[in-house]
Amino acid sequence: MNYIRSFGRFWWNFVVGDDWRVAAELAVAFALTWLLEHEGISAWWLLPPAVALILAESVRREARSSG
Amino acid sequence: MSSNVVLFLATFLASAVEAVEALTIVLAVGVVRGWRSTLVGVGAASLVLAAVVAGLGPALQHIPIGTLRFVIGALLLAFGLQWLRKAILRASGYKPLHDEAEAFSRERKEAGAALPARSAQMDWYAFTVAFKGVLLEGLEVAFIVVTFGATQGRLGLAAAAAVAAGATVVVAGLVVRGPLERVPENTLKFIVGVLLSSFGIFWGGEGAGAEWPGGDVAILAIIGFVGLVSFSLTRTLRRRRLAFQPGTAQG
Repeated sequence: MNYIRSFGRFWWNFVVGDDWRVAAELAVAFALTWLLEHEGISAWWLLPPAVALILAESVRREARSSG
Repeated sequence: MSSNVVLFLATFLASAVEAVEALTIVLAVGVVRGWRSTLVGVGAASLVLAAVVAGLGPALQHIPIGTLRFVIGALLLAFGLQWLRKAILRASGYKPLHDEAEAFSRERKEAGAALPARSAQMDWYAFTVAFKGVLLEGLEVAFIVVTFGATQGRLGLAAAAAVAAGATVVVAGLVVRGPLERVPENTLKFIVGVLLSSFGIFWGGEGAGAEWPGGDVAILAIIGFVGLVSFSLTRTLRRRRLAFQPGTAQG
């Protein structure tokens, strides 16, 4: 049981880390890209600015909370 | 710069950062508890890592390339953004810099406080700490090697970059005979974070169905964009911190 928990924790830290909102927002950005492409609309332009916004918001949140 | 060079560079730098962390743990435990059990721990972890790479690499080649790129791109982006986020916060002074000398002395203190083993016996403390340190840091390297290698069809090149990084760090560690505290770890993490996030955007986008203008060349534009955004964020945050706390300026 301990091994399963450690394995789960390793992957959680590896993928999600200490800001779960980043992972959730990335999932939305990927879903939107897929959806637009699925509808025949070119969506290569979506991910780079989305990632920039997600990163900016995340570091701003952390900076605000650490004063 | 071809995509092979970028791939080699990204794998080399990411592996070097993890190797510095693993070496710090191994050196601290080896110096205090002795080298025999420590090196057995390192060897055992290396075998497990080799099995992971040997098992996962070929298995990944059976997954359709679109699905593979999407999953790996998303994982790399999530992982890369964590590195980048921490590197930006450290560079702007919102988080303390990772100090290998301090990590070394902390590991050394903990190793010294643990019960000593009899000289002829296996020292399970040294074995376990060395094993865990090398395995955990090594798993991150294995993940990068396997994903980069499988997605680009260059498993050998990615593995060679990781081996070269490990060898470079070990030789440097032997030469200085101590923790590699002069390695600009945060700068390396910043660069690696930019590279991993950029590859994540590129492959994740392709996996989601996007077609990048210019094909593979687009990766260079993405690296430039992510680098510029990260650099601007660092500058903005540093200025903001200094405005709130005058007199605490750091390089």
